[in-house]
Amino acid sequence: MTATYEKIATNTLGSSQSSITFSSITSSYTDLVIIIDGVSSTGAELFVRFNSDSSSNYSFMQFYADGSSFGTDIRNNQTEGRIGSIRTVQNSVICNIFNYANTTTFKTATSRDGAGTVITNTFTALWRSTSAINAIQFFPPTGTFNSGMVFTIYGIKAE
Amino acid sequence: MAIAYNLISSVTVGSGGAANIEFTSIPQTYTDLLVKLSGRSSRSAATAEEFLLTFNNNGSSYAEKQLRGSGSSVITQTFSGSSIQQLGQPGAAATANTFGNWEFYIPNYTGSNNKSILLDGVTENSGTTAYQYFEAGVWSNSAAITSIKISAGSYLAVEYSTAYLYGISNA
Repeated sequence: MTATYEKIATNTLGSSQSSITFSSITSSYTDLVIIIDGVSSTGAELFVRFNSDSSSNYSFMQFYADGSSFGTDIRNNQTEGRIGSIRTVQNSVICNIFNYANTTTFKTATSRDGAGTVITNTFTALWRSTSAINAIQFFPPTGTFNSGMVFTIYGIKAE
Repeated sequence: MAIAYNLISSVTVGSGGAANIEFTSIPQTYTDLLVKLSGRSSRSAATAEEFLLTFNNNGSSYAEKQLRGSGSSVITQTFSGSSIQQLGQPGAAATANTFGNWEFYIPNYTGSNNKSILLDGVTENSGTTAYQYFEAGVWSNSAAITSIKISAGSYLAVEYSTAYLYGISNA
């Protein structure tokens, strides 16, 4: 059987980190799936940058609910994308990035994240670049990712 | 390169239905677990007949945040207690052959941290009523997950309900 869902890279933090970066991401897959599980020191947004681009090329939309209220938020022309939050309690994120290696279209991601005692979220993010994604940086705006947090990138191949 | 996404086990409910769908003796060799559930309840109502999710036959320390839309309204609710309790399914009054569909992802299920769960689901009564769910859950327990039980509560999961358990490895 041909493998269509394969690990590309993983990082289990051995100490607190203010950001982590996966670089030299192979372009041999069709889509990416990112799984993140852990805790942060302050509870904050989970931001991403692709290919070290910190220009105002990102947009994102959030749909959220915390058990007493729900709402939606949109941000355009940001210097980073948002794919979730990392809370001070156990929190997980699943992010799908579609057709990440093509050099014709802008890149779109969808994600789900949540912490069972805090919130449930869904996000859509856009990076306005036709470059193939070869590096992804994850970071919170404040605080750090705690030791033990796990980041994994899988590739899905359409063949 | 190793395949990262592997079927561990599957269950198809037979004639007469089943009170529970269970996966036991789950291997501890993967990183994450994914369950895909297609279900229908024997309860008499049409929609939102909740199945319940528990781990390791443990009935405490679950919490859940729910966002649910029906096409005409949106609600959010908090639940806590003896299970993840909001896996909505069609009931006996729903159109025949209509099943709810759920996917829940459990990262780092062998770790000593509390277990975070992301759950997405839909239930439909053949175009007349539908709900979509986005939920986050947690089981505040440091034990590795070795079994998963999906219960129909006081009712049955009807024939042809199915559940598939996948293991995902980052090794």
